[in-house]
Parts: sequence; C-alpha cells; structure tokens
Amino acid sequence: MTAAIVVFPGSNCELDVEHALGLIGVDTELVWHRDTDLTGFDGVVLPGGFAHGDYLRTGAIARFSPVMAEVERMAREGRPVLGICNGFQILCEAGLLPGALIANRDLRFICRPVLVVVEQTDSILTRAATAGQVLRIPLNSYAGNYVAPTTEMLQMEADERVVLRYCDALGDTTSDNPNGSTNAVAGLTNAGGNVAGLMPHPERAAEDILGSADGKILLESFALSLNDRAAASL
Amino acid sequence: MAPARYVQLGMSDSEFEEVVALLGRQPTDAELAMYSVMWSEHCSYKSSRAWLARFSSEAPWVVVGPGENAGVVDLGDGWLAALRIESHNHPSFVEPYQGAATGVGGILRDIFTMGARPIAVWDPIRFGTLDDSRNRYLLGGVVSGIAGYGNAVGVPTLGGEVEFADGYSGNPLVNVMALGIMKSDQLVLASASSPGNVAVLLGSPTGRDGIGGVSVLASAGFDDTAGSKRPTVQIGNPFEEKKLIEACLELYSRRLVIGIQDLGGGGISCATSECAANAGLGIDVDLDRVHLRENDMTPAEILMSESQERMLAFVDPGDLEEVLGLAAKWEIEASTIGTVVEGGTLQVSSDGEVVATVPAASLTDGAPLYRRPARRPASLDESWADPPVLPDQPDVGGALLAMLDDPALGDKSWIYEQYDHQLFLNTVVAPGHDGSLLRIKGTSKGLAVSTDGNGRLCSLDPRRGAARIVYESALNVAVTGARPFAMVDNLNFGNPENPEVMWQFIESVEGMAEACAALGVPVVGGNVSFYNETGGIDIPPTPVAGMLGFCDPMPARPPRLDAAKDAMKVWLIGSSRGADFAASAFARIVLDHLGGRPADVDHTLGPKVVAATSHLAHAGAPVLHDVGRGGLAVAIAEICIRSKIGVDLQVDHWTELFEESPHRCIVVADPDFDVDVGDLPRRVIGYTGGDRISFGPLGSVGVGEAAAAWRQALASRMTT
Amino acid sequence: MRFRISISRKSGLADPEGVETARALTDLGYSGITAVHFGRTITIEADDGSTAATVTEMCERLLANPVIEDFTVEVLE
Repeated sequence: MTAAIVVFPGSNCELDVEHALGLIGVDTELVWHRDTDLTGFDGVVLPGGFAHGDYLRTGAIARFSPVMAEVERMAREGRPVLGICNGFQILCEAGLLPGALIANRDLRFICRPVLVVVEQTDSILTRAATAGQVLRIPLNSYAGNYVAPTTEMLQMEADERVVLRYCDALGDTTSDNPNGSTNAVAGLTNAGGNVAGLMPHPERAAEDILGSADGKILLESFALSLNDRAAASL
Repeated sequence: MAPARYVQLGMSDSEFEEVVALLGRQPTDAELAMYSVMWSEHCSYKSSRAWLARFSSEAPWVVVGPGENAGVVDLGDGWLAALRIESHNHPSFVEPYQGAATGVGGILRDIFTMGARPIAVWDPIRFGTLDDSRNRYLLGGVVSGIAGYGNAVGVPTLGGEVEFADGYSGNPLVNVMALGIMKSDQLVLASASSPGNVAVLLGSPTGRDGIGGVSVLASAGFDDTAGSKRPTVQIGNPFEEKKLIEACLELYSRRLVIGIQDLGGGGISCATSECAANAGLGIDVDLDRVHLRENDMTPAEILMSESQERMLAFVDPGDLEEVLGLAAKWEIEASTIGTVVEGGTLQVSSDGEVVATVPAASLTDGAPLYRRPARRPASLDESWADPPVLPDQPDVGGALLAMLDDPALGDKSWIYEQYDHQLFLNTVVAPGHDGSLLRIKGTSKGLAVSTDGNGRLCSLDPRRGAARIVYESALNVAVTGARPFAMVDNLNFGNPENPEVMWQFIESVEGMAEACAALGVPVVGGNVSFYNETGGIDIPPTPVAGMLGFCDPMPARPPRLDAAKDAMKVWLIGSSRGADFAASAFARIVLDHLGGRPADVDHTLGPKVVAATSHLAHAGAPVLHDVGRGGLAVAIAEICIRSKIGVDLQVDHWTELFEESPHRCIVVADPDFDVDVGDLPRRVIGYTGGDRISFGPLGSVGVGEAAAAWRQALASRMTT
Repeated sequence: MRFRISISRKSGLADPEGVETARALTDLGYSGITAVHFGRTITIEADDGSTAATVTEMCERLLANPVIEDFTVEVLE
C-alpha cells in the first residue's frame, strides 16, 4: 500500500512525514502539486508548511493546484485523505472539511508540545487510539484557530465529527486551549470518516529521541486505513 | 554646491583617487557605483581584514576556511557541515521585522550557495533595556521577523541569546548563524570556472532594494539625518527563498552548476566580480538581460541593488536549457546575464553601450586595507579601579529572585516558541537548554551549536571578555556531549575611525584567537559589523562566538536541564579561584554597577573543563549546566525550576553564589554516578530534594516562587 | 464620524504577496493581469470631535509604518 505526499511550493514537512510513515512501514511517494494523476495511491497526505507562502490566506492558492482534483476524487471514493497543519488549512479552503483556520488568538506563532484528547475513534486518524486517550504532540502554527459558522459547528458536534480537542493533563477540554479554537477543536473528520485534518504534527512525535512518540498512534490509524483501501482494491 | 557623486556614494577622497589611478581615467557612474559598494566596509572589511588573519583556520577537518561564503568542515563518512554567521544590525533599527527577516534570508543563501541544505538557524540579538517602549518595539519586530521568515522558508530556529543594555538602545544588534549539511560530492564554490560558461541570475526580480545599503547604511553610523539617508527597505520573501533552496539543491544534485554565488550586500557587482576574480577570469555582463521589478532603473542602480532572494549560477552552455527548465518548474525567474571570458575584466553593457570596464580583481582584492589608529581608552584604568562594592549580608533569596526576574536571565520561551524549532526532525536538545543538539538522520553523528556574547564584560576588558565568551560557548556545546569543532565569529563594534573602538576590536580578536588556539578550534569564517554608533556614541565592544560542536556517536541520553530527580548529588567542576563580580549580573541587577577588571581565563584549565564536561555527557550524567551569567545560584535555580525539584546547596560564603569566574560546570547525578574529571578540581556542593532552593544559613527561595519569577521575566515586559 | 484609511506598501518596494496572487489568478485563467498590490483598509468610527487631521496623525503614529507604507484618509460621513 502506498500513500502520496503532496508537495506544494512552500510545503516543508513532506520529508518529515515520509520519514515518520517510513518508521511504521508505510510506503510513500512525494507528488508535485502539478501532478494530475494519483491513480494507484491508496491514500494521500497534505503535509505542513507554507504552501504558496501562505499568501492571500493560508491554503487559499494551494486549493486550486492541479493535484487537488485528484485529492477530491480520492476523498469522494472514500480513500484516506489526511491534512496536517497547512494540509488541514488547504482541506478547509477546498471545502473537503468544514470551517476555516484563522490567526491564533494571541496573534503569535506557537511552536510547542500541546495535549490533545481523542474524542472518537471512527476516523482514519484515530481508529487505532482509545477514546479519552491524552496525547502530547507538537503544535507549530500561526493560524491554528479553528472557526466555523455556529450552525455548522452545532451540526459537527451532533454528528461527532471532532476527533481531537486541546486539553490539559487530565483531559479537560475547557482549559489549556493554545490558540482559541472554537470548542477546542484540534482535529476533525468528514462525515465518511475518511478525510481528516489536524493542526498538531503527529510526524514530530513519532520518536522518543525527539521528545514524544504519542503521534505514532495517529499515524498507525492512517496506515490501517491505507491497508484497508489497498486490500479492497485487490 | 552638491557633494561629489563619490561622496554621496560613501567613498572617501583617497578611495576615489585610488579608483582614478587604477583605471587611468575618471570612472563612469556605473563603475563608481560598483567601487562604492565593493569597497564599502561591509563588503571589503577594509578596517578589519588586517587583524582577522590573527585567527587560525587550520585543522585537518577544515575543508573550506574563511574567504568563501561559508566555512565547511568534514564530519567523516562523506558528510560535510557548512556554517556562517552574519549581522543585519542597521537595517533592523530602520525596520525591525524586515531587517531581521532579510538577515535570515541572507545567511541562508550563504549556506545553500555552498551546496548544503540549511538545517538550522540561531539568533543572538541585543537591544536597549525594555523599560523603553522603542526597545520593546524593536525586540518584538525582530523576533517576529526571524519567525516570519525562518518558519515560512522552512528552516528551524534552534536557539540564540538575548542581551539588554543601554549601549544598544540606538543600535540593536541582530546576528544570525546558520548551519547546513551536505554530502561531500555536493560542495560547490563561488567560481566562474571557465571561459564560455554562462552566468544565470535566478530568483526575485531586481528592484531598488537597499540601494545605498552597504555603501551608506552599514558603513556609517546613524545621526539626525538618518531619516533622509534611508535606502529603500529590503522586503523579504521567504516563499521565493524556499523555492530557490529547492531549485538550487536540485541543480546541484543534477550537476548542472559549475559555480554559484548568492547575491547579498553588493548584489550583482559582488557576485560577478568575486566569481570572476576567484577563477582568474573576466565576465561580460549585459544589464538589459537582468529581470527587473522596476522598468526605469539606471545601470548604477541595477549594479548596486540588494534585492533579496537572488543567486548567480555559472553553467556550461550545453546545460543552459535544462537549468532554465528546472527554474521554470520551481516557478523561479531566470535570466542569462553574462558570459565568462578570458582575461580578468568585468565588462558591463546597458542599452547597447559599455558602461563599465574594470579589472574584476580590483573590486575584490584591490579594496583598500586600513590599519586605523588604535588607542587604549583612558577610562579603562578608572573602570578597573572601581570594582563593585559588595554588601556584607545581602538578602540572598531576594537577590536571586530579582535576577530570575531579569528578562535576559529569565525564561526565553516568549521568544523561541515563536520559532519552529522542530522541522526536519533533527532536534534532540531544543531551545531552553545550554547548547542545541541536532542529529544527522541515518548516522550516529550529532552537531551542537551555541551562540554567545557579552557586551558588558567586553566593555571592561575586550581581550579577557572575548576569550571568556569563546570558553563559555565551548562549554555550552560540551554539555551536550559534543567537542568544540569549529567557530564563526560576529564582531560588532562602533565607529572604527574612533581609535578606542579600533583598540577594542584588536583586543577582542586577540582574545578570541588565543582561546580558540588553546581549544584547538579553527575559525572558519566570520562577520565584522562596524559603525554601530548613534549620535557619536559607540556600542560596547560585542564580539559574538558561534561555536559548532561535533560528536560521533551522540550520548545515549544527552543531558537536559529538566532531568534532575530527588536525592541526586550536585557537583561543581572547575574551581572558583576568586570572586569575579566586575561585569556580573549581580552587579548589574542588584548593585546597578559596572566596574572592576574581569577575571582572566586559564588556557590550561579551560580546555580541560570543556573536555571533561563532554566526557561526563557520554558517561550518562543526567544534568550538566555551564555556570554563566548569574553565577552558581542562577544556574542551580534554572535546574530546579526546570526539573521541579528543590536543592540544598552548601557554600562557604555568599559571594560564591553570584560571582562569575569562568570554566565551571554543574553536574547533577545519582549519588553513585562516577564524576570522573581526571585531576580537575571538583566538589560536592549539595543534594536535590524538597521544594525549596536552599543555600543553608544564607537563605532560600521556594521553587514555585522562583519559577513564577523566572517564567514571567520576559513575557510580562512584552505583553503590556 | 467615520473615516476609511487605506494603507498600501510604498511603491518601489517588493510586494511578494501581490506577485504570487497575480500568478495564481493568471493560473486560474484570468489573462491580462499586470499587477496585484496588497493593502489594508481600516475604518475608524469616532465622536464628532475627530477630524481628518486627527486621523492622519493616528496613521503617522501607529496605524501605518512610514518606513514602508503610504496611506490615505477618506471621510465617510
């Protein structure tokens, strides 16, 4: 099974994602944003970085890249589509996930480990984890503040589409919100559970030498979903 | 009558006469523009070069020494590291965000122009004290600029340092160090190589950015006319630079580039003349071919422009199509602006006419060399005769809290959490500890870096201060398990036409050179920033060391400040030979005093302490901490705060807690850990435990209270 | 009183956002775009004591960075 990792001009986490997925045995291939054929890939990752410099709005230009037609096709076909940080922002701009990411509440870039709690395990991002599990994963963003129109937000909560929320050491999501995200949303999924986006970087928490390996469980979830798609294709 | 053109461009009468003599005629406007830029202080180092030869850059592992864009060292097994440090002081005073941002951009280009992927950046920065809102504005702008550029270009910022002193109020210092790695067959030099090669300009279109920059801004101090003297501010584009990095690295891997030079201060003038001179050849340049942002630029302007994110690549004509195709793929503009020719002449055409014909080497090697007069400041003896008067019974706990509450000594996370310090998954020891430690994936190798300076210390004794800075930097990398391997220096000084400043400069170079020699550390590059003065007031002499350490393998568990546990022993290695308070944080914060002569270094003891520290890291010591600013008390408090554990320390006299003799390191480890330091002085000074930082009868402070003071020291002053 | 302030980067300075957005528009099929320039609009609502002169002073002191930006003040009502 192979996942595509899309590289936009300005993306910078693609090699890290390749490395971390490689640690858990996932084959990946870097795909340039002008590529228009992702046939043969079981899933796709949109990595972190600053696609198109984050100019205009973060993700606003990247969503029109030629490759996105294929990403949208894969999403429709139920294949795993994962957006990390800038990738999450691009998925929202592309309408593959609801809502938007705006400037952090304190108007400063944040690079530090945060705690997130797993809300539900019915997504490509969290199926290997346990509900209520608290994970320590680095955040690294200026625009990590999740917003959505109130009605959409209510619907998302009712449908249990939030998969990760910022929390404190005890899993309390009403405190320790680093960027002001509505309802402390750190990660969410679409209705089908196959498109997921999160602001923290699981690939930066896949090895103890780097400070935490809590991100592995999220990458393993993604790997399981790739495997299912690969098996289904046979 | 208006001043002569050469005066407007910042040249002296004698320099102008030199150009006339050299050419055998009056220079054209374009030629004058090139000489004004290439012979500026910033580009030519005319006031400093005579003394920089004092540094030794020899060592078996040095592949490229000073003189190229970056120093390069051999890490073994086909791996090379490139390092460089640069200043962007004057632009950061004019526009702090863009000044700092373009400073980062510039240093990164110096790294990837050598063939290396830039993997990390460090920022030692200095400002006036934060009670002045202008300094808060500058600090905020500079940090935002470094973050905005560094994060977006995709290079992590792993550390740095910050110092606040009145002397920097009109002249903030923004130094940036960068590190890159490459395989040995990727090394590229700045040479035009052979006749027939084409010069391809890659990157952003050329505009009027920085015109008057190096010749005016970095080669003269600020005065009341500073507003009118403002050159066009350089605006950074990290997105363009990211594309440029990827395009260049791909060009190198496909062996499409014979030589390459980044365009920084001096722009096209510098890149063309240096590459030609390095190859002993000439270049024909056609300015009509340069891709421009503004349509109406004169030849002189094009030649002087400091537009950012540009590189000049020398390419075999047979590869040109492929190079242009690669540039197009990365959405980078490219223009073929010249051809390498025999002889040594740089010939520039514009609009069908030759506008400049000069010997290429005259721009580079032909630059003036000044041995300016130096004079020891009369005030120095006065300072030395005025050491701090120490109280008999100070409030030790109160003093410690006051020092932890100092923005230079307290928690710096307000700064470094704005920087991506994890990208590339190499960061083993992150910001907030002594030195940074990076791994090289796929190998057992580790690289450690620390940047260190101390303007106050150097103002009291530049030679001793500069030497102590080098030893501090060496110890900061040694605590990670690395051995000091190479150094780059950033020498920030006032007006070199002031003999006292020249004296400070020469003394600082001497001090650094002696310490590097004793440590066996080659100096592989550096930067000199002169004219850091405003209204005739020079900054304190501020040499900054950028130390690179190397280890293979890395320690199994590199020491960390937060690894102390209950019931561990606390050792002090190296000795306190006296009570050095001259430039101490205690004297600054508690006594508001600067005076006395700082203690000297010990070139026998110093290297031994460094080696022993590195050895202890490999032996598994959980905590190693260099004793620096604030002395023993602040150092142990930092460990307690980070580890959330108290300590019971025993010293004979309160002065031992705050004095700042060099060559000392704290070790915290299990009682049965063998603190093997050979014949070096070492003693047990206490035990961890409880929830107080206690100095026996001298006083104590709660860990929580200390942590609270430390945590808000900088943050509270920046978020009013 | 309402005032509209338009802040733009001084001409002659690089505008990376403008360049990249122009390229993106061209990519989307809009031919003929020769330049895109970014700026900011700030609206100020104030009591009747404020004048265009006061607002201009606000721009000079805080709202615009005179080193790299120009501004205009429009009185809306």
